[in-house]
Amino acid sequence: MSDAILKIKDLKVNYGGIEAVKGISFDVPAGEIVTLIGANGAGKSSTLRSIAGLVKPREGTIEFDGEDICGKDPTAIVTRGITLVPEGRRIFPDLTVLENLRIGAYLRHDDLTDDLNWVYELFPRLKERSWQAGGTLSGGEQQMLAVGRALMSRPKVIMMDEPSLGLAPLIVKGIFDIIKEINKQGVTVLLIEQNANMALKTANVGYVMETGRITMSGTGEELLANDDVKAAYLGT
Amino acid sequence: MSGFLNAYLPHILTGISVGGQYALIAIGYTMVYGILRLINFAHGDVFMVAGLVMVYATASMPMYISIPLVIIATVLLGFVIERVAYKPLRSAPRMSVMISAIGVSYLLQNCALYFTGGLPQTYPVIPFISDSVTVFGQTTKMVTLITPVLTLLLVVILSLLIKYTKMGMAMRAVSKDFETSQLMGIKINSVISFTFIIGCFLAAVGSLLYFTNYQSVIPTSGAMPGLKAFVAAVFGGIGSIPGAVIGAFIIGICENLIKGAGWTTFSDAFTFVLLIVILLAKPTGIFGEKATDKV
Repeated sequence: MSDAILKIKDLKVNYGGIEAVKGISFDVPAGEIVTLIGANGAGKSSTLRSIAGLVKPREGTIEFDGEDICGKDPTAIVTRGITLVPEGRRIFPDLTVLENLRIGAYLRHDDLTDDLNWVYELFPRLKERSWQAGGTLSGGEQQMLAVGRALMSRPKVIMMDEPSLGLAPLIVKGIFDIIKEINKQGVTVLLIEQNANMALKTANVGYVMETGRITMSGTGEELLANDDVKAAYLGT
Repeated sequence: MSGFLNAYLPHILTGISVGGQYALIAIGYTMVYGILRLINFAHGDVFMVAGLVMVYATASMPMYISIPLVIIATVLLGFVIERVAYKPLRSAPRMSVMISAIGVSYLLQNCALYFTGGLPQTYPVIPFISDSVTVFGQTTKMVTLITPVLTLLLVVILSLLIKYTKMGMAMRAVSKDFETSQLMGIKINSVISFTFIIGCFLAAVGSLLYFTNYQSVIPTSGAMPGLKAFVAAVFGGIGSIPGAVIGAFIIGICENLIKGAGWTTFSDAFTFVLLIVILLAKPTGIFGEKATDKV
């Protein structure tokens, strides 16, 4: 396994007096797809939000490329090459598709043509609709836009919060194919999902989170074959 | 028809001019609301302070220094107000921020009362825009003609800035979604400060034009134009810049037509009745955004 690009140690996060993350540690190896699976309220989103800088963790360290980035503001995190595709996509409905992509590259001052072409190659649908307002896209297209927007910052690590939520199975498959494709092109992926089956099939490394703690870890196949995981998350 | 025009033309001209002045203030209300969902009650008083700064600046400095100074001081005031009174309340309920805004409004009025000693301060005569000019046989001040032109010019520049620049795009994004904007790397506090700066710049320009038509500035001079501009912003659909501008022109023209008809006493009442009617009949105003967004 390659070196960890992201190392989380003893991370604790409080949300309005409730301890959402109770001291978790895990590594994200560079160039891999890593997934955190778990039920609603297990603390998965809180973990990603702390890494992205939206929430200040109470304790712990988040090491990225050897530097502790814990508690830094979101701008500093994006600058370093970590981006988050938020839950519910959260594209800007009044901005056009093209503007949504451009705003993903907000901190960059260089030429965006190559990256726009790259995103349009990954999602030809977005190119067709580049002048449409983001809010007029379908759910699946909005998810493509949210991923494309995140890629425009040229991230080293892309984090995705429930990318399959509320999408039809066929579209979910398309999204996961894209995740693999992005990863092949050298971007490390940290994915959280309730759709454990899809996530574990896609991921190289998986962690299971329960009520703020990591209870199991292994490769995607190992976890897929694990009886506890099967019973709790795969329903088989 | 020509009889009507002869009788009412001066009032229509004044109305367009006053409307332009309201518009310059109303944009500040509507932009701040668009981004912070805050009715910035201190905005009218910032406008009054701009008037006072002009009075004091011209007392010791030439016009070509005073005017830029008024603009810089007003912009600075708006920036400081946001940083001191609103930014610490970013995650507080909206009501708290609004109360803070009312507090700032009274603070500015009372500071003005202290500095002026409660005496009306004579507003300086600004050369050129105070000059008399004759239009269609009616004599009026140059400012009456300059205001609508300048207002529209500034609105066009502002619209282009919001539509085509990176900062404008960031403003549109922040006004929709703070958190996702942060995820893009946008520093929302800078964008909010920038919004206040634009709003106060326009209010400063508005004050130069507005007070030229009046003899003096008193600590409550900002209250009435501020309220009128606020009604204009609500009428046009708060959050919408074209809405605020159109609302301001309609209110300015209607008020002056009412004055021209001899009902001066009711001209202010008209504006506030309009506010009530709008809130009852169409609370989102002419161009108000619909409450529902596709998620």
